[in-house]
Amino acid sequence: MITVQNISKRFGDYPALHDINLTIQPGEFIALLGPSGSGKTTLLRIIAGLEFQDGGKVLFDGEDVSDRKVAERGVGFVFQHYALFRHMTVAENVGFGLSVRGRKDRPSKSEIKARAEELLSLVQLGGLGNRYPAQLSGGQRQRVALARALAVEPQLLLLDEPFGALDAKVRKDLRRWLRQLHEQMGLTSIFVTHDQEEALELADRIVVMDHGVIEQVGTAEQVYMDPASPFVSDFVGEINRLPVMIAGGEVQLGGISLAIPAGEHPDGPAQLHFRPHDVELADHQPGGLPITISNIFRKGGCWRVEGHHAAVDRVIEIDLDAGVAPPIIGQQLVAFPSKSRIFAAGCP
Amino acid sequence: MTLFAASRAGWRQPSVLPGFGLTFGFSLTWLTLIVLIPLATIFLKTAGMGWSAFWAVGFSDRALAAYRLSFGTAAAAGVVNALFGLLVAWVLVRYQFPGKKLVSALVDLPFALPTAVAGIALTALYAPNGWIGQYLEPLGVKVAFTPIGIVIALVFIGLPFVVRSVEPVLADLGKDVEEAAATLGASRAQTFVRIILPAIGPALLTGFALAFARGVGEYGSVIFISGNMPGKTEIAPLLIVTQLEQYAYDGATAIATVMMVASFAILLGINLIQAWSRRRAMA
Repeated sequence: MITVQNISKRFGDYPALHDINLTIQPGEFIALLGPSGSGKTTLLRIIAGLEFQDGGKVLFDGEDVSDRKVAERGVGFVFQHYALFRHMTVAENVGFGLSVRGRKDRPSKSEIKARAEELLSLVQLGGLGNRYPAQLSGGQRQRVALARALAVEPQLLLLDEPFGALDAKVRKDLRRWLRQLHEQMGLTSIFVTHDQEEALELADRIVVMDHGVIEQVGTAEQVYMDPASPFVSDFVGEINRLPVMIAGGEVQLGGISLAIPAGEHPDGPAQLHFRPHDVELADHQPGGLPITISNIFRKGGCWRVEGHHAAVDRVIEIDLDAGVAPPIIGQQLVAFPSKSRIFAAGCP
Repeated sequence: MTLFAASRAGWRQPSVLPGFGLTFGFSLTWLTLIVLIPLATIFLKTAGMGWSAFWAVGFSDRALAAYRLSFGTAAAAGVVNALFGLLVAWVLVRYQFPGKKLVSALVDLPFALPTAVAGIALTALYAPNGWIGQYLEPLGVKVAFTPIGIVIALVFIGLPFVVRSVEPVLADLGKDVEEAAATLGASRAQTFVRIILPAIGPALLTGFALAFARGVGEYGSVIFISGNMPGKTEIAPLLIVTQLEQYAYDGATAIATVMMVASFAILLGINLIQAWSRRRAMA
């Protein structure tokens, strides 16, 4: 079990992390998701021991490892740009972790070679041990980097944007394969990503971060369907955001009361969030958002309709079932958010 | 004709940038004009003196001692420069400190300084009554007017070569590679020996070769500190000048020829090692 307690970190005047608390169960696959500058990579590097926190503790199975150097923490780390040793063959790269052990724990040369070959076939690169990293494709290099990290039998695998430098198709294949490997080897893994799709697809739990704080920790379902903050709602998945007024238990936009319950929100300005696929269109009905259709295009399995809301001068994105006939550009319709969320105004 | 075309196509890499013929021709002409013709005249001049005369002057005991001294001190200075130049390059690349630009400029100073100035300054420092020499003298260490003095002069003038060769390669070496080694359990020493050194090896060798070559040919800074005792502290370039002063032009070119052939052989050897190590790193 990995426990992060009250971790904080500053780079000069810039607060990178602020009072971070997180517990990771053995066998979990965790994504640290956030925009650049959110502190996700810094947190990963602090867990690895590549960076040291200004305050707080990192515990591995209840034991404080804050003072332990990276080499003593028993973690595998996979870098965004592979960080392979260019002057070594692929097999030498993979065997490096074993070959630098003290004489007592060091396996013999032939054992290291056999182990490297075994790991290379695990990452589906069997027979490529004698090549140099420069002779491999990006996806192959990242798999070598992974095999190299696994060679030291880490209790924890840390991956810093592992697919960031790869093209879309390779990324997708590698993603699925990494998930399988994680389960097959019974690893505990944490990976950093700014790609929400990657996080939603891969992770058991997602840690959404912004500006050095954790905004929400939850499963893909929880984070997507029940965002804890306007930031999470906005960052994970697509969202329509409208400035509204709450007055007397009613939600008002451009002077019109919407057919949306205000819940327990106090009177005053607020923001209304709803996803494009949670909107229905009608001809004339009170309590909806009057829009003029400005653009329609095919987006995968549905129609993406863009409607301009004149009163607040915002474009609302709506996904419609591809089975129905789409509206026409210029048509005046009313949009009803079937599911929506209200957040206090002022937040991003 | 077809044979010629085929062999030409063999060297020629298809490229978006045209002008192989022009640039190759120009560089060949330039090299011929600047390097090959002057060197060829030395050979020609030597060839005129006959084999036995050449042997007598070019391989006399005095000349042999001078070659040994020149190549030996240049090699020693090259090794010292490789070690300390690497250290200086490391500090310049890895650390931020006030006055870094100043230190960096200081490194290049031996390039710009007239070598005689360096020679006079070093002699003043290391002479038995000099600032440093007076403390070394009681310890029985003589620097000025011995081969050690020559090595010091050559270290001084050769330092920038190593620093400037290694610096860009070291800067280019990603920090993540070192971090990767650390996460795999390597100590700092293991990381240095097994990861950093192989990566900067070719550049270090280049720096060594340049410093060595410069040391072999160095004249100005050495003659002041060496004392110029024939057979003991007389370097080969000085022997050439001595011959010239005695109007023994044949003798001067004979010695020059031997030096040139030896230098070329050594530099070629270093180049080959380099090509081999680079091929290994980049394969």
